Amino acid sequence: MFRSHVLICGGTGCTSSGSKKLIERMTAEIEKQGLAEEVKVVQTGCFGLCALGPIMIVYPEGTFYSQVHEDDIPEIVSEHLLKGRVVSRLVYHETVKSEGVVSLSETNFYKKQHRVALRNCGVINPEVIDEYIGTDGYQALGKAVNEMTPQQVIDVIKESGLRGRGGGGFPTGTKWQFAANSISDKKYVVCNADEGDPGAFMDRSVLEGDPHAVLEAMAIAGYAIGADEGYIYVRAEYPIAVHRLQIAIAQAREYGLLGKNIFGTDFSFDIQLRLGAGAFVCGEETALLTSIEGNRGEPRPRPPFPAVKGLFGKPTIINNVETYANIAQIILKGAAWFASMGTEKSKGTKVFALGGKITNTGLVEIPMGTTLREVIEEIGGGIPNGKKFKAAQTGGPSGGCIPASHIDVPIDYDNLIAIGSMMGSGGLIVMDEDNCMVDIAKFFLEFTVDESCGKCTPCRVGTVRMLEILNKITSGQGTLEDLDKLEQLCLYVKSASLCGLGQTAPNPVLSTLKYFRDEYIAHVVDKKCPAGVCKNLLTYNIDPEKCIGCKMCQSVCPAEAIWVGNEVKPGKKKPYLMIDVSKCLKCGACISKCKFGAIYKK
Amino acid sequence: MKSLAELTAIRDKMKARVAIREGGADIRIVVGMATCGIAAGARPVLNAFVEGIAQAGLTEKVTVTQTGCIGICQYEPVVEVFVPGQEKVTYVKMTADKAKEVIEKHILNGKPVVEYTIGKAKM
Repeated sequence: MFRSHVLICGGTGCTSSGSKKLIERMTAEIEKQGLAEEVKVVQTGCFGLCALGPIMIVYPEGTFYSQVHEDDIPEIVSEHLLKGRVVSRLVYHETVKSEGVVSLSETNFYKKQHRVALRNCGVINPEVIDEYIGTDGYQALGKAVNEMTPQQVIDVIKESGLRGRGGGGFPTGTKWQFAANSISDKKYVVCNADEGDPGAFMDRSVLEGDPHAVLEAMAIAGYAIGADEGYIYVRAEYPIAVHRLQIAIAQAREYGLLGKNIFGTDFSFDIQLRLGAGAFVCGEETALLTSIEGNRGEPRPRPPFPAVKGLFGKPTIINNVETYANIAQIILKGAAWFASMGTEKSKGTKVFALGGKITNTGLVEIPMGTTLREVIEEIGGGIPNGKKFKAAQTGGPSGGCIPASHIDVPIDYDNLIAIGSMMGSGGLIVMDEDNCMVDIAKFFLEFTVDESCGKCTPCRVGTVRMLEILNKITSGQGTLEDLDKLEQLCLYVKSASLCGLGQTAPNPVLSTLKYFRDEYIAHVVDKKCPAGVCKNLLTYNIDPEKCIGCKMCQSVCPAEAIWVGNEVKPGKKKPYLMIDVSKCLKCGACISKCKFGAIYKK
Repeated sequence: MKSLAELTAIRDKMKARVAIREGGADIRIVVGMATCGIAAGARPVLNAFVEGIAQAGLTEKVTVTQTGCIGICQYEPVVEVFVPGQEKVTYVKMTADKAKEVIEKHILNGKPVVEYTIGKAKM
């Protein structure tokens, strides 16, 4: 029996900031100081506060160490683990209050969160099935196959009000009912783990931190619709997730939780992995199914919907990772428990990957109906460097912007659609006054142009034409007619594209046009970029009053565009410098070098 | 896995082991583990508490943790028991055997072992 557990995050964020080394060093140091029988080191999934990685929590005290370095390990072991004295300089500052060290759940970052899908992330070792079982894992599957009929399972999911977490928000129970009603000798359950939005890592963290939750839910889904085979389609770029899924599947098979006659019943179910090569379009369900079948990942027209004619032409349900992560909890705790969280039409919680101009970058799970203000100002810790919040982008390349004027809108599926964005899979990128909204729209459109599969013309050609217009605008060649043309084109692409990729690709443009039209007009009419981002519309200048003539800027200019003038201003010792606009590359090297704030762009 | 009972058996076994990470236990047993405490033999005491609590199946209710020097080094190993709503009880000059007795009488049956407390120790 161990008296203390040291949990170290093994998610992608902390792994890249060096947590693997920490685990090795910690294990060695504990051994060295003779504590191997008393203290256990546990590698877990993501805690959510990725900005502060690598993260370590010591239980039973629940002490939260952040940004731990390998060389801090001996001190933590000899002071904290041996003598019980918390190493306060390494403790996350938010947990240090005047009354001493407080629990992590009291910090602003965690206080408003409610973890359902992420309940085991950062708590259990995802590579040990017993730890998952120890937190009621596979109890829901046991309950379903032993005590419930397939229809009862579907009814519970329907009553819970759970909607698909992959973006569209289709009611999960209804989808399962369609597949259950389809008559066929063979049916499939598919998990969409092809998370592709820039800046999104929700599904990745669930797979890395709690892979069994997904396996269990897929088996429950298989029981509900009468399927005996499942596929998880996961990106090959998620090596940790793939590795842990492989371990999890092997362990579940060994325990007989996957395979033939589960829990001694007639129900059999097994799961296979399919690795995606990273095409964004394969996150679209029909393209994903086509890819599993071994063909080039291209979407096919719907209907027929997958629930009727899906994988290999058989009835198939396809749900997103986070959707599955809720299933076992709903079966165990009941539909009413789940439906008690959230808003009228959006039940439960949603995981968001917070990124961009925000203090606490990381993963948060909030009840539906939480306002954007709470997410950004309280959980996220606000905008760094005293800048002003301008907009948040949700839904990645398929979504839109939520401007500051809508910061108090409760986040749920319908509210976000109503203000021209969408829930998406849960990427939430925060932007401040230094972000140019035209440039943001261009960034996402460049992404969809690259990722368009080319099967249908509106998406293949339309998005490229849109991008050309945006390039024209950001280079100062745009006209007011271009804005109208752009808007018209957006509507055509939206209505005529074959799949979700093309149908939603214009959203970033449409929503920025709606809320930040004045910025577009500034680019077109005044030929200015108000945020100072679009290079072609900027000139760099030196303020003669502030310049002291030190030549530091000249030394870093790669284009030799800075030269020394002749005039010495009164009170100065040296002549001020000037920038040759025709040579300037607008790289910004001079601005970051100048200590006197003498260089400005406008 | 042939039955739900088999699964539940694994869960119950594991539950005690992961409960430590919940941190919401009511009763806290704190063992002084500064240099003085360790020199006086606090580690076997600490381990005896950890094992005893686990054997009694109380890991979800009782947290065993260590702390630094309490300041009465001549009485080490010192153990303090915090029960919500009650005054803390300070045990001194503890041993592994005394620890077992404390679990049996104090933790399980609510009666502090008065003869081991600081009030009874010879000043």
